[in-house]
Amino acid sequence: MKKYGRLMIAVLLTVALVFSVAGCAGQTGDQNQAQQQQKVLKIGTNATFPPFEMQDNNEFTGFDMDLIRAIGEEQGYKVEINHMDFKALIPSLGNNKIDAAIAGMSITEERLESVDFTDAYFNAGLIIAVANSNESIKTTEDLKGRKLAAQNGTIGAAYCVEVKKQDPKTETRIFDDIGAAFMELEKGGVDAVVNDHPVTAYYLKTTTSTKAKMVGDIFSADDQYGIAVKKGNAETLDMLNEGLNKIKANGKYDEIYKKWF
Amino acid sequence: MPLVEIFGLGVIDNITSQYGYKVISNNLVYFLGGAGYTVFITALSLVMGMILGLFAGLGKLSNKKILCFLSTAYIDFFRGTPLFVQIFLLYFGILPLFYDNDPVTSAIIALGLNSGAYIGEIIRSGIQAVDHGQIEAARSLGMNQRQAMTHVILPQAFKIVIPPMINEFIALLKDSSLLSAITVPELMHRGDLVFANTYQATWVFGAIAVIYFIITKIISVIGDKVERRLATD
Repeated sequence: MKKYGRLMIAVLLTVALVFSVAGCAGQTGDQNQAQQQQKVLKIGTNATFPPFEMQDNNEFTGFDMDLIRAIGEEQGYKVEINHMDFKALIPSLGNNKIDAAIAGMSITEERLESVDFTDAYFNAGLIIAVANSNESIKTTEDLKGRKLAAQNGTIGAAYCVEVKKQDPKTETRIFDDIGAAFMELEKGGVDAVVNDHPVTAYYLKTTTSTKAKMVGDIFSADDQYGIAVKKGNAETLDMLNEGLNKIKANGKYDEIYKKWF
Repeated sequence: MPLVEIFGLGVIDNITSQYGYKVISNNLVYFLGGAGYTVFITALSLVMGMILGLFAGLGKLSNKKILCFLSTAYIDFFRGTPLFVQIFLLYFGILPLFYDNDPVTSAIIALGLNSGAYIGEIIRSGIQAVDHGQIEAARSLGMNQRQAMTHVILPQAFKIVIPPMINEFIALLKDSSLLSAITVPELMHRGDLVFANTYQATWVFGAIAVIYFIITKIISVIGDKVERRLATD
């Protein structure tokens, strides 16, 4: 019995090995074929940032997704979208896992050290969201000394850290995705969420059960989104800028904008 | 050996001049503070897990059907679902129903409940590993079941469970990195925050890995000492 058991394991392992090798060969073959047919543009995003990028029925949808597909179509590329952590996007550009990242990514000095950005394609700004019952937070000044939530790697998170520097009593809770930050606000764990205005507005509009509201003016208004490519990758950068200009000229951009905002 | 010195200095200069090195040296104190949280939360969770585990382990061996059922259900649930899922479920779903929960206490409760399930199994197997003749001997000396358990069986089982307990401690310490998702300011979360602003994956997570390794190594060395001391008794 024991002997047979060992034999069975040996057979199973051999079969598994053969199949895994065969599987590899098949995959690379398919990829080569696809590459010959059409150039592929590998895009990275973090699909937890509606209405810019999200997943619906296993499909990536949102303003950014429509935009990059339109650019790809215009320039003759097959757009392949990969979901990953927001903070993993820039490193993935660095080691060529993706060709470009579109993820509601603000153009900042720090990011420009690591990547190049296309022309801005969206002008966002930050907004404060608080619980409906909260009457004590009206402006950015009121954020000092409070509990704040934001998404890791965003301008909103950087702003929270800045507030904490001014007043060390401030507590910051930086989540990996913005949905968790809103959940934290809804359950009363934090006093405010600091995040990009369009995303917060969309969340409040589409979440009927929400117990939160926006307060104050949009601030940090020079917060502009760009598509990031690896530093020095002028070829992809020029191609994307050209595509962006084309869809702005032919009305495609306005069409997509109207669809989402 | 001037050649070695020159070579050595060159390498050191090369390393210290890199951006990633500056990121690590600027954040080292911050990371060590995070490591403090990691150890603190893991230790408290382990204490909670031991208390829960003792009840769960004894419960599973109990003749009373209800105790056995409850213990088995508890162990099955927390062993049979991912810790990551449990953390989210407790943090956003269950604990807010009971109190205004904050990340750190929620973390201790989540890790404690999870480790209690594993420790329950460790304790059950430890008790079962004590020779059955021991309980018969204790009973024939006139001890009741409870006395036999507390005075004869458990002290012997305690020795048996030390190695798997050290294992559990180390596993729990590494698992505590999952708490990053609910913004517990432990080591992994702090690494994540620094990484998100600097993009120095190799440096940041390399440093984090070294700190985790040093902590787990210290635990295993202490574990070995405890084991050896008990063995000579």
